[in-house]
Order: sequence, then structure tokens, then C-alpha cells
Amino acid sequence: MNRWTRLSHRTQMEAQLEKELTFHLEQHTSQLVARGITPNEARRQARLALGGPEQVKEKCRDVRGTRWLEDLLQDTRYALRTFWRKPAFTVVALLILSLGIGATTVMFAVINSVLLRPLSYPEPDRLVTLRESTEQIGELWGVSNPDFIDVRRANQTLALAAWTYAGGTISAPGEPEYVNGRQISAELFSTLGISPAQGRAFRPDEDRPGAPAVAIVSYGLWQHLFGSEPSTIGRSLVYEGKPYTVIGIAPAGFQLDGDAEIFTPLQQRQTTDPRMQNRAARFLRVIARLRPGFALSDARVQLALIAQHLAQEYPKSNAGLSMTAYPLQKELVGDIGSTLWLLLGAVGVVLLIACVNIASLLLARAVSREREVAVRVALGAGRGRLTRQCLTESAVLGLGGGMLGVVLAFVSVHPFVAFWPGSLPRAEEIHLDWRVLVFAVSASLVSGILFGLAPALRVPMRGVEQTLRAGARSIAGSSRRLHSAFVISETALAVVLLVSAGMLGHTLLALSSLDPGFNVHNVMAARFALSPASLSNPEQVRAAWQDVLDHARRVPGVESVALADIIPMREGSNSLPYWTTATPPPPNQEPVALASCVTLDYLNVMGIPLRQGRFFNDHDRLDSEPVVVIDDNLAQHAFGTKDAVGKRLWIPAMGATPALVVGIVGHVRQWGLAADDQSRVRDQMYYPFAQVPAPLLHFFSSIMSFAARTTIPPSNVLEPLRRELRGASGDQALYEVHTMEQLVSSSLARQRFLLLLFGIFAGLALLLACIGIYGVLAYLTGQRVPEIGVRMTLGANPVDVMRLVLGQSLVMIFVGVGVGILAALAAGRILNRLVEGMRPADASTFAITIPVLVVAALFASFVPARRASRIDPVTALRQQ
Amino acid sequence: MAPAKSDLPQGTLDLLILKVVAFGPVHGYAIAQRLEQVSRGVVQVPEGSLYPALHRLENRGLLAADWKETETGREAKFYRLTRKGHKQLATEAADWQRLIDAIGLILGMADGGAR
Repeated sequence: MNRWTRLSHRTQMEAQLEKELTFHLEQHTSQLVARGITPNEARRQARLALGGPEQVKEKCRDVRGTRWLEDLLQDTRYALRTFWRKPAFTVVALLILSLGIGATTVMFAVINSVLLRPLSYPEPDRLVTLRESTEQIGELWGVSNPDFIDVRRANQTLALAAWTYAGGTISAPGEPEYVNGRQISAELFSTLGISPAQGRAFRPDEDRPGAPAVAIVSYGLWQHLFGSEPSTIGRSLVYEGKPYTVIGIAPAGFQLDGDAEIFTPLQQRQTTDPRMQNRAARFLRVIARLRPGFALSDARVQLALIAQHLAQEYPKSNAGLSMTAYPLQKELVGDIGSTLWLLLGAVGVVLLIACVNIASLLLARAVSREREVAVRVALGAGRGRLTRQCLTESAVLGLGGGMLGVVLAFVSVHPFVAFWPGSLPRAEEIHLDWRVLVFAVSASLVSGILFGLAPALRVPMRGVEQTLRAGARSIAGSSRRLHSAFVISETALAVVLLVSAGMLGHTLLALSSLDPGFNVHNVMAARFALSPASLSNPEQVRAAWQDVLDHARRVPGVESVALADIIPMREGSNSLPYWTTATPPPPNQEPVALASCVTLDYLNVMGIPLRQGRFFNDHDRLDSEPVVVIDDNLAQHAFGTKDAVGKRLWIPAMGATPALVVGIVGHVRQWGLAADDQSRVRDQMYYPFAQVPAPLLHFFSSIMSFAARTTIPPSNVLEPLRRELRGASGDQALYEVHTMEQLVSSSLARQRFLLLLFGIFAGLALLLACIGIYGVLAYLTGQRVPEIGVRMTLGANPVDVMRLVLGQSLVMIFVGVGVGILAALAAGRILNRLVEGMRPADASTFAITIPVLVVAALFASFVPARRASRIDPVTALRQQ
Repeated sequence: MAPAKSDLPQGTLDLLILKVVAFGPVHGYAIAQRLEQVSRGVVQVPEGSLYPALHRLENRGLLAADWKETETGREAKFYRLTRKGHKQLATEAADWQRLIDAIGLILGMADGGAR
């Protein structure tokens, strides 16, 4: 008979065991009777000799080998029956648990997909990115095209590919529309290890200036523009006013830092963007795959060598420049990891409180079941067996809560991701997979065991008779300490979350009240795509932009308009080195300032205060002296305190002639309210769009943004503005429209999002802690009814009794708060490190949050205290 | 006063059961009685451990059991030795004999040393 048949023959085996032992007893009895002993006495002696039939049976069952399985089934059935009989307890426990496990599972699902799961390319761990950095600025934004070409040629360890952002208007087939695009080097698809869904990737001979114009379109654009027609390959489309032949369709879902609709060869950019030959213009993104047989460390060694060579050969642009490679996954995910782990930690604390809560509920039940347990011990149940039963019960509860939690996670993970501020990297890959399920099941089992442990360890071994003899009430004392420990830990955990939420709130308030440096009200900013027809020569570009400004000014409600290549608190920046004397310092040692190219009215549009001198005017032209306006910071750094107006700045990127400083304006928090103080580049300068040299105009027109100050809310102006700016051929468009208020507020989105979630978690923790405190006190007070009865007969009045109960709870709460404050200080340090602009925990945070908790906790204790004070001493004493 | 009964050395109950069952199919009560008689009351055989031991040996495949009628016409569970049980009995008995010899030798040697 194997285990399973044995298990299925359980009833039969039980019957046989019974029969065998009965036979034994009868034989023994009849033999004793034959010796002349009375039948009753004989039966007694036979039973004594055997040592108790039930105990013998238990031992026989133990040796069967299927015992644990039988017990598990039996215990599970028993547990289910018990829970069924106490629906209120079960529903509350399941609800608490499913919330805790659901929230934890959602966070883990996001972490799993974003941080843990490898990228969905072949051999993703061999993909890296190339980064350049200098001592002065730190990590640079990108790599310059000449550097990329040299590294690609000179190294043996990496297969390199590069890409950069592009975009423009597709005017045929279909209506003109602006699309995001990317310019990619020919090797990009093969480096990533993917191939187009249809057609082919670019050939190296297409990735050069002057080659025929070819394009790869995204899967989405193929569906939407060409109706998914298989014959799309070879057809043409008009992009940026130029006909392109479609040679491939990118795989569905393919992204390069966000969605892009059209891909064109990178080196063809040389015809429109002179920066492609400029070694100091670092704007390419480089992706590389380690060649077979090389490790990341090999690649880093070789990159360091190449960087050294380049620095010797091109000291003007490359001195002090170092190159290294990072795993691509790390680059894609960025610093999102810290936020995710922080949130997982916070939900983990909520789950922990939920566990403590259920543990105290279960413990209260276990204590009231002590007599039942004692009876079962007397009937032959072993300690291990009872402990196992207790744990099975809590594991069943844990798994039940876990199952509900997974359902909860399943429905809420996508809303949660949609709710994430800004874009969560790899968001489209987030789903629940087996790893998440394993996590959820383990979390629920661990929770089950965690909250089942305390009641399970209370299973008595000795002193059974005492328990049986004693009234149920007199045995409760021993559990009081454990119950207090539960209240203390719940309170402490709630304090941690409350103080963290308080710190975040304090931080957010402090950051929101910072002056952004400009007037945020009634200003809108948008990117703008000029008609491709006007891009053919520099004069036309200038005229087209002037036309846009003139038209925009005519729209009712528009007060002033300007163009700018950089909008404060929006993505995108341009940092340029500058110097204050004609002899430059060693390359890459000079200070760096954020440079914005703007038109005349920019200061009015943004409401930036002019401190000294003047802003730009019509006399600042291409043929007049180059001028710049600088901010307080730059004035301070470059020239000491006063009178920077009239001084000169040497800015290598703007040519050999130094620029005259004509004015000083206020500092703008370019990098966001929170991040600006920590950013490396804090000096700012402005230069006039009118002085941008002709060869650069085509490129600048692709990056200029449109900004307007309005007299009415900007949203009311947007539609008329769109109509007015469509241009003669109707192919100009405003896109990525923001109000400055939105940009300012989204610069704090991360802090606000964390505050919201921590607030919710802290609220949950507070609620759970209060339920826990209420439950424990109600239980402990219930145990003390006879004692209170005695006190009252001896002269205590209701107020004394309330004081007694509240005093008891106050002690627990204050110990919890004390422990919690210490833990919160530690948690505050973690927050300080992970959240930018975080204010350290200060007394006011504690002064606001702690009373909330204490009041809530006292409120929870008030109900049991009141009930205790209304005890009728006579009834209480009779209960004894 | 009756001589004090010793406890059964650890692990020997199984051996004794195997030996008793080796004489032919026999039910639990008879095994208990036989053990009592054979040991002449010197060794205490805890009846409470007898049945768990029988079930354990059955589970290990050393014993097999059938339900048969006794002489008095009652149905009882009769245990018999399986082939594996026979082998086990032989090895365990041999082991036991060796152990006794060795202990005897040691005790004898101590005597010799004193002489």
C-alpha cells in the first residue's frame, strides 16, 4: 500500500485499529477474569496495562507516514469550520490581510517588471550604454558624433550604435501631423538584437550624408498611416518637406526612450545639423553590445584608453573627458529604483501592522480557547500536533488573504501605474507573472506564520490539570505582556509612517513656497513645428518665426509672446562653458552655465525680474556685437558682486568674439523647485535668437519652443492660437503644450506622489493600530471584569476605573511612541537620502503627527474604558 | 519483594517482536503475552509501545498482517514475518550477538587484569 492508497483507506484503517485494540483489551480482560478478578476491575487493569487506548492509537497513527498529510487536511477542514463559525472575525481579518498583501504585491509587481526582469532583447545583460563625464560637470548628457565614430572604429570590445531625438511633420500621405522621430545609426537594430517586423534595417551605405532618403516607420504609424498594408515597403512619405522611401517597419512596441513614429539614418543629419561635426556637441545616445568573449570590465579599460587618446589628440574639446560603459538596464530605469523600494518598504510596514493586528486577535481567541486546548492535551494530543494545528489555522487565513490580495493586485496594478507621475520606465511591461505570484504566496504564508506564532507557542505542555481546574478568567495574566508588546509595536510602526508622511508634507510645503524665479501665472509654453517648406534657407526660417510671433500677438487674450530653446522645469537643457578673460583656462576646467536662446519679449512673458542693465532689443543683430544677459548667480561667480554690466564673457561655443554682458536678471529654478539647489549647473545666461548664426538656424528651428503670457487663463487662448498659427499651408502645429503652473507643479510630482501614498499608508496604519488597540484593550478589560468588580465593591468609582484602563493603555501607547520616534528618525535618514529637497525630521513634524496618533489611540481605548466603568460589581463578582 | 524490572534497551523491542513473530502468525495480544513469559518478568515490555512498534514494522515491510479467526472464533489481526523481515531478524540477531560477545569480553578482561 503506498501513501495515497493508505490515505484514502483512512476510515478502514481507523476501524481496524479500533478492532485490534478492542480485541487486545478483551483478551486481557477475559484472562484476568479467569484468574478470579471481577470483570470491572479486570477491565480497568487491562486498560492500565495498555496505557490508554487513545494515546496508543495516536502513536499508531503517527507511524503511518501519511500522518502529516492527514493532519493537514484535518486541520485545514477544522480551520475552515472555525472561521466559518466566526464570520465577523474572518471578514475583518481577510480584509486587513488582503489590503496589506494586495498593496505589497502591486509594489513588488512594479519592482519585478521595472527593476528585476531583464530587458526584452536577446542577451540583455550584454547591452551597455556609453557615457562621457568630466570632473567639472560630472556625467554629460550624451556623446558627440565625432567621438562616437572614433570609439566605434578604435575599440574591439563593443559593437556600438547611436541615436538621437528628431521629429517633424509628415505631410503625405494623409493630413499633415507632427510625429516624434529618432535618427539612428545603421547598426542600432542589430546591436539591440532585433529585426524589423517587415522590410529591413538601414544598411551602412544609407547611414551617411547625401545617401538616398529612407525611413523605417513604427508599427503604429504603419497601421494608422498605411492601414497595415503589406505593400507599404517601398512606398514613400513626405517628412519635414522631403520625400522618404519606407524600407522597414519597426517591431510592435519598439521604443527608444519613449514612443517614436519614424526612424531615419543618423549620419544624414549632417546636412541639416552642423553639430554633427562638432566634437564638443555631445547630444548622441550610444547603445553598445559587448562582443563575444569580452566582459564589461574589458570594455571599460579600453574606453578609458580611447578617451585618453582622444584627449591628447583633441585637447580643446576632450581634455579631462573620461568614458565608461554602464549596463543598459540601469540607464533605462534611472533613479526610479529608490522610489520603488521606498514604497515597498512603506507597504511592508502596513502589512506588518496588519499581521500584528491579526496576531493579537488570534491570541485573544487562543487564550479564550485555552481550556479546549487543555482538554485536547488530556485526550492525548501532543504539543507539536497542537502547535501545528494552530499554525495551519493561521496559514489558511494567510493564504485566504493572499488570494484576495492577488485579485486586488491584479485589478489595481494598471490603475496604479497610470497614476504614476511622469513616465514610469518600462511601464508597458508591467504585469503579474509567476514571480509575483510566488512572492504573494510567500508573503501570505510568512504573514500567516508570523501572526500564528504567538498563539501557537502558547500551547500548554505542563500544568494541564491546573488549567482544567482553574476558571478561564484566572489564566489570562500571562498573555497580558504579549498583548502589550503587540500594541507597542503597532503604535511604533504607525509612528514611523506618520512621521514619514509628516516629513514629506513639510518638505512639499517648504518646496512649494519657494520662489521659482518667474511669474508662473497665465503663461503657456509649447513646442512648435515650423512648416517644412520654410526650412530651406536661413532667411526664410527667420521670417517664418517672426511671422509666428506676429500672428500670435494678434490673438485676443495674448499679452506677449517669445521663443526660447529651453523652458524652465521642462526636459531639455544646454550647458555651455564660459570664461572671463581672453586666455582660456585648461579645457573642461572652465565654469559652465545654462544657456538659453530667446527672443526679445522673453523676460516679459516669463515675468523674470531685470536687476540691472537691459534685456535684448532690435539693435542686437547678427552684424552687431554679440550680447548676453546673465543671472545673479553667474554675475556673482564670474565677477564678484556688483557691476557685471559692461563686462565680457568668452563663450567658446558662440565663437571667438567675447559677448558683452548687457543685463543681469533674477535666477530661475530651471531644474525644478526641489532639484535646482542640488544641480551642478546653476549659472544661467541668455543670448538673442537674432544672433544665432545662419548655418545653425535650421537646427535651432527644430528646438525652439513657443511661450506666451496671457491676460485670461491660457487654456482659453489655446484653440484660437492653434488656428492662428497653422500657417499658410496649414502644416504648422503647436504640440506638448503646458502651462508654467503645470510644469512647476510637476517638478514636485515625485514628492507629491510619495506624500500621497505615504499619507494613505500612514492613515491605514493609524486605522489598523487603533483597531488593534481597541481589540486588545477590550479583551484585556474583559479579562479584568472580576478584578474591577472587586475594586468597585471596595469603593472605587467609575472614574477611577476609567483612569485605570486608560492608564494601562497610555503606558503602552507612550512606550510605542518612544520606540516609534527612534525608528522614525532612522527612516527619516533613508528618506533624506532618497528624496531630493527632503527636509530633515524636525520637532514640528513630531509635534503635529504624534498627538494625532495619541488622540486616535486614546479614542480607541475610550470605548473599553467606558464599558469597564459601567460594570455592575454584583454581576462581575458572580461571574467568578 | 519481586526483583526490579529493567527497562528494555533502546531498539531491542523491534528485535524481540521479530523473533516472536518468526515462530508463526500471531496476534498482538499473544505477542505481548509471549514477551512477558519469555522474559520471565525480568524486562518490562510496555504494552503501550507494542502496537505502535507493530505498525511501524508493518509500514517498513518487515511484517505483514492478515485478519483471521482465532481458536475461540474471534477475528484478530495476525502478524507474520515477510522475507525482508526474516533477513532483518538474522542481521539484527547477529549484531546483537556480536555486541553481547564484545561486552562479555570486556567484562572478562577486567577480571583477568585484577588477578
